[in-house]
Amino acid sequence: MEMHNAKRVEIIIEAVMERQLTNALNEAGVTGYTILPVSGGSGRSGQWSREGQVSRAGGMVAVICLIRPERLDPLLEAAFAVVERHIGVVSVTDTQVLRAERF
Amino acid sequence: MDSILALAAANLVSPIILSFVLGLVAGLARSDLSFPEAIAKGLSLYLLFAIGFKGGAGVAAHGVDARLVAALLSGVALSLFLPFIAFALLRFLTRVSVTDAAAVAGHYGSISIVTFVAASTLLTGRGIPAESYMVAVAAAMEAPAILSALWLAAKRGGGTEQVGAELWREILLNGSIVLLLGAFVIGWVTGEEGLAEIQSFIVEPFKGVLCLFLLDMGIVAGRGLRGSRGVLSAGTVAFGILMPLVGAALGLAAGLALGLSLGGVVLLMVLGASASYIAVPAAMRVALPEANPALSLTLALGVTFPFNLTLGIPFYMMAAAAVTGS
Repeated sequence: MEMHNAKRVEIIIEAVMERQLTNALNEAGVTGYTILPVSGGSGRSGQWSREGQVSRAGGMVAVICLIRPERLDPLLEAAFAVVERHIGVVSVTDTQVLRAERF
Repeated sequence: MDSILALAAANLVSPIILSFVLGLVAGLARSDLSFPEAIAKGLSLYLLFAIGFKGGAGVAAHGVDARLVAALLSGVALSLFLPFIAFALLRFLTRVSVTDAAAVAGHYGSISIVTFVAASTLLTGRGIPAESYMVAVAAAMEAPAILSALWLAAKRGGGTEQVGAELWREILLNGSIVLLLGAFVIGWVTGEEGLAEIQSFIVEPFKGVLCLFLLDMGIVAGRGLRGSRGVLSAGTVAFGILMPLVGAALGLAAGLALGLSLGGVVLLMVLGASASYIAVPAAMRVALPEANPALSLTLALGVTFPFNLTLGIPFYMMAAAAVTGS
């Protein structure tokens, strides 16, 4: 099976910023991403959990993009403009994908 | 004094308050008792719909008068003004940053709809009627405080995002405001007949659902307090108890000036005294990302909410009764 190099960008960000982030990604031409709920965690801002929360303020989401390596910089620039001042984590890992034409 | 204590004691042993206490103890004791996020949100949606619908149906039954408009305007003015007092008081009592103080001030200018619901339920239980349109006043008081908080942050040097379309959407189209106002309008349009059609769903189970919701609020508050080491200080806790008293006093003055009934005055006091933990936190996260969310939420939900629920509401009822001579 032929594999192709790609980048996996994982952005964990406050749930209230989800729409702003995906809008920025769309404007940067990144139209493929997956949004996952994050059940809880701990970091510089302390521990948090989705359990029992009513406000979206306490929740986080993970936005995951798989892209060709040459499209990484525009994506990071677009994402950084949104996430710069907010609680969250941005990470990039090397990965491989099948069906390269889809990315 | 005896009657205040008697009222507070009677309030403390109601199922509503005891449910909250159970959750608080469970949260503090690290019990694994918890509500999934979807159920907690479902309960809050039910409460917002029910209280909005009942308020609208009440207005349909009793009609609209100039006092309703005056009450709405007073509510907006209170919500705009309270953050300035909260900001000054917090900066006087503590050393929190301008951004944190502005964010907390926004929470305290806005309202806690659950505290309002709890107070309404307790008033109903004691046979004290209140103006139905107070629900609309509650909805009108949700958002203006956010603008005051952003103004404070911008003028006093705290970082703030530009108020763009996304932030306006968060402020004006927040789900809780849309549902509360929408249900109010549906109740108003359909009136008593509409209420009779769904009474078995939104009236009879209401107190039970409120108990479950407060159980969840107690768990969240307990966990917040347990993790509040380094967040709360003596000054911030003092603020969390003093500020509701200041807000209640202004609510009392506004209620008397408007000529509201005893129940209406108590509810306006409760609205002035309570702090938001649903609508404002989300807007503050968008607008003031550098503010520490743990400080605002722990103060609003871990200090002020329990204070209002246990001691505040009975005290406001006694104060309003004494002043109005009822």
